[in-house]
Amino acid sequence: MSAATTSRPPVGGDSTRAPAAVTGRRPAWRPTRPATPLVLLVLAALLPTAALLADGGWPQALSLDLAPGLDTFADWVVDNRETHPVFLYFLLHLSNAATDSVAWVHDLLTATGWAGVLTVATALAWYAGGAGRRGAGPALVALGSLAGCGLLGLWEQATETLALMLVSVAVACVAGLLLGLAGGLSDTAQRILRPVLDTMQVLPSFAYLLPLVLVFGIGTPSALITTVIYAAPPMVRMTTLGLRGADPAVLEASRSLGATGLQRLWSARLPMARPQLFLGLNQTVMMALSMVVIASVVGAGGLGESVYQALRTRDFGHGLTAGLAIVLIAVWLDRTTAAAGARGGVPVGRRGTGIALVASGAGLLLGPNLGDWPEAVTVDIAAPLNSAVDWLVGAVYQDVPVLGGTSVWAGNITSWVLNPLNNGLQALPWWSLLLLVGAVAWLVGTWRGALTAVLALAATGVLGIWSKALYTLSQVLVAVALTLVLGFAIGILAARVRAVERLLRPVFDAMQTLPQFIYLIPVVQLFNAGRVAAITAAAVYALPAVVRVTTQGLKQVSPATMEVSRSLGATTWQQIRDVQWPLARPALLVAANQGVVLVLAVVVIGGLVGGGALGFDVVKGLTAGELGTGLVAGAGIVCLGLALDKLTQPADRTPSADLRH
Amino acid sequence: MSTPAYEDHRTDAARTGRVPSDPRPRTRSRRTRTALAAAGALALLTVSACGAAKTGGGDSRTVNLHTPSWVGAEVNTAVAAYLLEHELGYEVRTRQMDETPAWDAMSQGKVDAILEDWGHPQEEKRYVQGNKSVVPAGELGVTGHIGWFVPKYLADQKPDITDYRNLNKYADLFRTPESGDKGQFIKGDPSYVSYDNALIKNLGLNYKPIEAGAEATHLAQLEQLYKNKKPFLTYWWTPQWMNATVDLVEVELPPYKEGCDADEKAVACAYPDVPLKKWMNADFAKEGGDAAEFLKNFHWTTEQQNLVAKYVAADGMTAEQAAEKWVKENEATWKAWLPKK
Repeated sequence: MSAATTSRPPVGGDSTRAPAAVTGRRPAWRPTRPATPLVLLVLAALLPTAALLADGGWPQALSLDLAPGLDTFADWVVDNRETHPVFLYFLLHLSNAATDSVAWVHDLLTATGWAGVLTVATALAWYAGGAGRRGAGPALVALGSLAGCGLLGLWEQATETLALMLVSVAVACVAGLLLGLAGGLSDTAQRILRPVLDTMQVLPSFAYLLPLVLVFGIGTPSALITTVIYAAPPMVRMTTLGLRGADPAVLEASRSLGATGLQRLWSARLPMARPQLFLGLNQTVMMALSMVVIASVVGAGGLGESVYQALRTRDFGHGLTAGLAIVLIAVWLDRTTAAAGARGGVPVGRRGTGIALVASGAGLLLGPNLGDWPEAVTVDIAAPLNSAVDWLVGAVYQDVPVLGGTSVWAGNITSWVLNPLNNGLQALPWWSLLLLVGAVAWLVGTWRGALTAVLALAATGVLGIWSKALYTLSQVLVAVALTLVLGFAIGILAARVRAVERLLRPVFDAMQTLPQFIYLIPVVQLFNAGRVAAITAAAVYALPAVVRVTTQGLKQVSPATMEVSRSLGATTWQQIRDVQWPLARPALLVAANQGVVLVLAVVVIGGLVGGGALGFDVVKGLTAGELGTGLVAGAGIVCLGLALDKLTQPADRTPSADLRH
Repeated sequence: MSTPAYEDHRTDAARTGRVPSDPRPRTRSRRTRTALAAAGALALLTVSACGAAKTGGGDSRTVNLHTPSWVGAEVNTAVAAYLLEHELGYEVRTRQMDETPAWDAMSQGKVDAILEDWGHPQEEKRYVQGNKSVVPAGELGVTGHIGWFVPKYLADQKPDITDYRNLNKYADLFRTPESGDKGQFIKGDPSYVSYDNALIKNLGLNYKPIEAGAEATHLAQLEQLYKNKKPFLTYWWTPQWMNATVDLVEVELPPYKEGCDADEKAVACAYPDVPLKKWMNADFAKEGGDAAEFLKNFHWTTEQQNLVAKYVAADGMTAEQAAEKWVKENEATWKAWLPKK
């Protein structure tokens, strides 16, 4: 359990950051910075003046409209994809290979039958866990999760999803390993890879679905490639991290024994990186599973289609049922890969291997004869779920005594927080806003970071989406603030009371793995379509990671320090405020950064519930076939992500510190 | 296929990863190895790519149909699929996806036909006039109508609200935090035909168009407002199965005249009635035999479609069950769609 949960937050990019920031070391020299209060004072005087004297917004003359060019490109692809050699001799091969391999795996899974898949998965989990008693946990989880999928009446859809997932994870791992090798062995490759990986994870997949569909066609190929793009980065990052973290003494020893570079890699570096490699695999699996529903938007089928269909008919119960099946698959794969990583390379022994092989063989022989999952052994939980949600919505929507109800809150947040914030941002002239962002980023981090933040924000202006970017930014800021307040509060509670932590863990696991599409309808019913609904959806998604990092950070404060403060007569509140909080500060900064990244990751989901601006444009780009609109808005989200990342990133990070383990 | 690209990275890594103090010969041999690997990869690429890839297509007894997102159109597909399978002996695969991807899939032959289309001028230009991969397959028989609607309980209270000229008078009624000091106009799914923004501007209405997101969230929003008897003004259309559970009244816009919607920015008239169309992949239309002929003949009324949609949306049947029920009870209607022997 523990290995699994530490590996959890399924947004990469950050798994590598956390340790670096926690152990953070101040660099010896830093360019002198003006004093914080002085800068803030100057800004406080300058910004209102600027807003009053100059016009808000970005000047038309400095912007560039990329959309027509991109649309022309789309036309070119459509006209040439059946005749141009690039398609005939390369891209279509890729597309056909993807379709064939997924179909092949699916046929294999279907032929094996449910009993066969169950036994093989259980035996594999048992073997991965180290056989014997240690393997019992993962084996039970595997058995329970897969049987659960059948029990929910979704076995067939589950195998379809599984086939796509297995192929995409395999491709993502091979690609990730090779890129990770490059990044681990060469500094240049590492420098080139980092921004690429960041973009791969922040660029909303909705934005590149349409180009993929145009080039590779509907269904499996596009779904597979989207999943690989999103899921490969953690594997790259963890491989790089593992290779770079190798003990220099061991490497030196192997060199002095006369090993060549390749031999050193094979016999020393890779084996030492084993835990990171498995963590990377684990993360890749989790991220791939989070793409299941997105994949169904372009016709991939399986559990994602069930979720999507339920969303269309606003059938929350069926959506959640299919979502739970996805969670079950996630739990199974998570425990199996985590167990394999935690085993630490201890060989299983001939007996364990033999038992696993015999069990699998028996399952494979038996499976095909048992046919489909028996319909009698299914339960329908959709109806009770639907009535539960209806009751909840009815109870809290409005006219709640004293508290007012969710629709009233939503209205108040919109009128008193979102509207003023958005109006304020829109009223500022472009240069003053860039100045503000630059100054804050410099105060928080380095001048390099400040420059990046300014350039990223300016890029949204150049792309012609300045006003929309600010509209989205105001929502993101509120969502991050909400997430952090709630996250820190729950995190402090969980760090103090073990029972709370234990209680929250499975809830958070589910919150992170459940496709967000499932809770869109209840969110709209509670808060009305609009920005507050979008913010709520984002907070639900980002909260678990923030709570986890906060809890972990607070708990890392050594018990001795806590004991000392207690014996000095500190109250609980004083302990939190004066001891735990300052000591856990680096971890809390990581939590804030995670919050920003995760909130941005679901801006598009916000677009689906009335968030408007960039998220909406990305959705529109796909559903209305406007390639330019979608891609430009997607790029805008990446720019915002870059700027906000620099605004929340503590200073003590040099490129090499990033990869220290 | 993907090996070549990765090979590059590996060799790049191996090269840059070398330690400067390495003795020369070893570097040399590594370079040779790199070259060999690259050559091998290239050879592999050449061999695997020596034939041009197949571009779509399938065997002739399988028909691929698009299942759209809304129930009305879903039942077209379900009924057609049921008849194709049980009367004509085809195997039907239905594919659920958004409309724009579906058009693209149809042009590539991965979907053979779309049975209900509300008008996609951009795609028609690209695939019908452009590369001629899609051809019209006649009309569905159902007429679509788009307009602005308010709930009946509101129209009962303020009878004159159903004229667009009075909308400004009632703008305060529709105010929400999202729309600020203007009235809120709830827009539909981004992929649906709409020129509400232009209409509001050109008719001088004191309203702010608000995106409700996807169709599902739009419907959820309306249902919630309707249940709580709140006033709202929304983009809405018929046939739409939810009309069975919510009672909406149309707001009269300036009447539609031929060509008044030609310039999207200058529109100031109501939406036209749309005879919903069917489309087919060009090759399928030519070589699809009985299936293509049947789909071209497929033609029913708004009432018939609504009935089957109601089986699904209100009575909780699956689309297949609903199709089966309808087919059993309406033999006379569908007999006429079958190809003449």
